[in-house]
Amino acid sequence: MQDMKKLAQLLKQVEDQLVVCMRCGMCQSVCPVFAETGRESDVARGKLALLDGLLQEMFKDSTGVQERLSRCLLCGSCAANCPSGVKVLDIFIKARAVITNYVGLSPLKKIIFRKMLAQPELFDQLMEWGSRLQGIFIKPVDELLGTSCARFVSPLGDRHFSSLAPQPFHRAVPFLDTPAGASGLKAGLFMGCVIDKVFPRIGHAVLRTLEHHGVGVFIPREVGCCGIPALSSGDTETYNKLVRHNLKGLASQDLDVLITACATCTSTIKKLWPTLAEELSPPELEQVKTLAGKTMDISQFLVEKLGVKASGSGEGGEKPLITYHDPCHLKKSLGIAAQPRTVLQASPAYRFKEMKEADKCCGCGGSFNLQHYDLSSAIGKHKRDNIADSGASVVATSCPACMLQISDMLSQAGDRVEVKHAIEVYAESLDKK
Amino acid sequence: MMKALIKEFEKVVGKDNVFQDETDRATYSYDAAVLEPVLPALVLRPTSSEALGRVVALCNEHGLPLTVRGAGTNLSGGTIPKTGGVVVLTNALNRIIEINEGDLYAVVEPGVVTAKFAAAVEAKGLFYPPDPGSQAVSTLGGNVAENAGGLRGLRYGVTRDYVMGLEFFDVNGDLVKAGARTVKCVTGYNLGGLLVGSEGTLGVFDKITLKLIPMPPAKKAMMAIFSDMNKASETVSAIIAHRIVPVTLEFMDNFTIRAVEDFSHAGLPVDAAALLLIEVDGHPVQVEEDAEKVEALCRQMGAMSVRVAQDAAERDKVWEARRAALSALSRVKPTTVLEDATVPRSKIPAMIRSIEDIAREYQLTIGTFGHAGDGNLHPTILTDKRNKDEWHRVESAIDAIFDKALSLGGTLSGEHGIGLAKSRYLEKETSRGTMLYSRRIKAALDPKGILNPGKIIGE
Ligand SMILES: Cc1cc2nc3c(=O)[nH]c(=O)nc-3n(C[C@H](O)[C@H](O)[C@H](O)COP(=O)(O)OP(=O)(O)OC[C@H]3O[C@@H](n4cnc5c(N)ncnc54)[C@H](O)[C@@H]3O)c2cc1C
Ligand code: SF4
Ligand code: SF4
Repeated sequence: MQDMKKLAQLLKQVEDQLVVCMRCGMCQSVCPVFAETGRESDVARGKLALLDGLLQEMFKDSTGVQERLSRCLLCGSCAANCPSGVKVLDIFIKARAVITNYVGLSPLKKIIFRKMLAQPELFDQLMEWGSRLQGIFIKPVDELLGTSCARFVSPLGDRHFSSLAPQPFHRAVPFLDTPAGASGLKAGLFMGCVIDKVFPRIGHAVLRTLEHHGVGVFIPREVGCCGIPALSSGDTETYNKLVRHNLKGLASQDLDVLITACATCTSTIKKLWPTLAEELSPPELEQVKTLAGKTMDISQFLVEKLGVKASGSGEGGEKPLITYHDPCHLKKSLGIAAQPRTVLQASPAYRFKEMKEADKCCGCGGSFNLQHYDLSSAIGKHKRDNIADSGASVVATSCPACMLQISDMLSQAGDRVEVKHAIEVYAESLDKK
Repeated sequence: MMKALIKEFEKVVGKDNVFQDETDRATYSYDAAVLEPVLPALVLRPTSSEALGRVVALCNEHGLPLTVRGAGTNLSGGTIPKTGGVVVLTNALNRIIEINEGDLYAVVEPGVVTAKFAAAVEAKGLFYPPDPGSQAVSTLGGNVAENAGGLRGLRYGVTRDYVMGLEFFDVNGDLVKAGARTVKCVTGYNLGGLLVGSEGTLGVFDKITLKLIPMPPAKKAMMAIFSDMNKASETVSAIIAHRIVPVTLEFMDNFTIRAVEDFSHAGLPVDAAALLLIEVDGHPVQVEEDAEKVEALCRQMGAMSVRVAQDAAERDKVWEARRAALSALSRVKPTTVLEDATVPRSKIPAMIRSIEDIAREYQLTIGTFGHAGDGNLHPTILTDKRNKDEWHRVESAIDAIFDKALSLGGTLSGEHGIGLAKSRYLEKETSRGTMLYSRRIKAALDPKGILNPGKIIGE
């Protein structure tokens, strides 16, 4: 093992951000993990203090700190509520990379990220086998599925799974390039792993909607994962590869907007691609910035660019209730909360009802769910309770990873509540017109 | 620490509630004060009264320093443990045992979070007024141990005014009962009075009985802007001289106004010397009358403008500026030192002027806001503790602020407590005799000196 001085030096890059934390403890009031455990090492203040301790060489146990850092959903609730404006997520993501560099990536993750995720074609192929062999799948691939945004298949524990779709989106629509229609707009689509492989129906709903509004669509032949699973495990090497790969597919196009229906992809592209890009060349960095500037969540696009409005016809009557869960990566990270609600209220099929604590994290947190399933479920159970209490028969959201977690929680509780993406609800209303 | 003793603790609180890992212990080495962290030898989280009492007794038997920790938000180092000591967490003792609507009291465990309690009380149409800025996370045990104040102190008082009864463990782990559930109680010494504000140095709270009051049915907020500090201060005195006691009477200086405006673009006048935020409450008719009187007084005393909130949304806007004060200031520089000097109300202009002089003399950035109605100011020093030279000047400036507050007939701390941060100033404000008297009490009640050693009266 290398010496502590080296690690402290590497951590210097976050020092200026670390000192901003005044240890006021206000993050305790919003951290979903702390709410379950009451342990200071689970809240942002504790983790920041630990990083500070490593930096000051107060103690040596870097593996211990790495372990504590992993007990975090990267939900950003703490950052959104921090009086001092500490860039908690930036710090955590950078620190995970530094410490992982220092103690090394686990052999399993090495295989998963470097050998599979970083090679999108191989990844796709494996996932397709996965969908055929569900249930008898071997461990590395199971982990692979899990760490790439969430878990999708069944062998572990008593989870209730959303299984891999028989036909991933990219098989159905390997490439698309249609001209701008009535809207005069041309949109690139970034599908993301979970929609592609588990919920291709969301991808089809997006296409259906854009077609309806006369928006031209470009889907590149091969686009990989947005990189967040690798990044949140501290594997910057794979992350950089993926960003480059995606750039190749998208940057050359003349697009008005890049649309995603995955909150996690949206916030990764907008917030992380441009800031964690030390490896990129200046022209690549320019491209990344342009792309990030154009990236929009699908509901945001519908409301802000196409002028979709709440119809109001959803009020009253005997219509079934629909409620909405705010993905952290949309609301806390990008401040997008009103637009998806507007999109839902544009559908005449439902009456909208807020649930309690709609913006409280569902507890998924990508690989957090795999590593700390018990905690993740305990947090998810609160979400389930709030959904059930709302009396809604459909819960909509804007992130497929949240959909996985919420489906798991609802089905374990035996609730008969459907889980949908906001855009699915909207597309359905178009079909009925 | 001895293996056998750790085993014993495991038996008392359960294995999962004994934190031995250095990494876990490191997260209980600090609080919100800008002081050096100290690593405890062990951290324990009792989940029942019995376990809490046993833990205290065991620590005393083995001469282990014991520091109780609520949310760890105090600003004076009260939860920084002693080397080799034990930190005892109260956050697993977080039940509201009773809210009695007929007799207007509540009984709680010490780890209940202040805001959660206030909300539970409010749900029954009752009111628990003490509202420290940290209430979203602070614990009632911590509030009582610090005698915490808040924004409503002027009209409703501070935590002490709501403590009707206390059950606490003495250093031997014996349960002591003080006070009662009745408004009147003269049974025995007023032990509660001694324990409130004792910062964990005289006993460990197990149950707290708190007074509740009916929720005032109406309130009204306004913001008055002044071009001159003196005028703002005279307005404060005038309001009170007219026998109106607002719930809150908050103040911000020019530096704070500018920081808030930079941060939240709320439309505050950046050239104003001072700003007062005033809220009155009570019966609707009286509230209207008081609000009109206060508005007229502000104008009469020379306010540049007065804005009265007409509805809940406008009221929220008025308070947004105050809520943003600490956030806005703390973003100016990496380290934020929140001070707490308090002077008689009429001395506020003198104190503010001195703080400005001190800032100039020591070349520091200081923004001041606070509870003008209580004379409780929060001069907030914005600095970077990594800059050694500047940090020395910060320490000297703090000394100078205290000296000034004392010379104006004020006190070291209005609400943030003494802890480690201010214990060395205590004798200056009080007297040699006070120190000896306090130390004798401490020595009698805690002969081995294990209860939060070093806090308040020093070692
Ligand atoms: C952003 C911010 C705003 C603040 N605003 C205010 C304010 O407006 N007014 C104000 O007065 N304070 C304020 N504070 C200071 C602080 O929040 C209060 O002192 C609060 O009461 C501390 O509560 P806690 O649960 O965090 O206690 P801790 O910090 O955990 O402990 C404080 C002291 O209480 C002792 N203690 C805790 N529990 C027990 C127990 N069961 N038995 C015996 N002793 C115990 C501890 O040993 C320690 O000495 C603020 C702090 C911050 C960070
Ligand atoms: S709220 Fe922000 S400043 Fe306060 S302890 Fe948490 S991270 Fe630090
Ligand atoms: S990102 Fe979420 S889970 Fe992680 S520390 Fe912040 S609030 Fe807690």
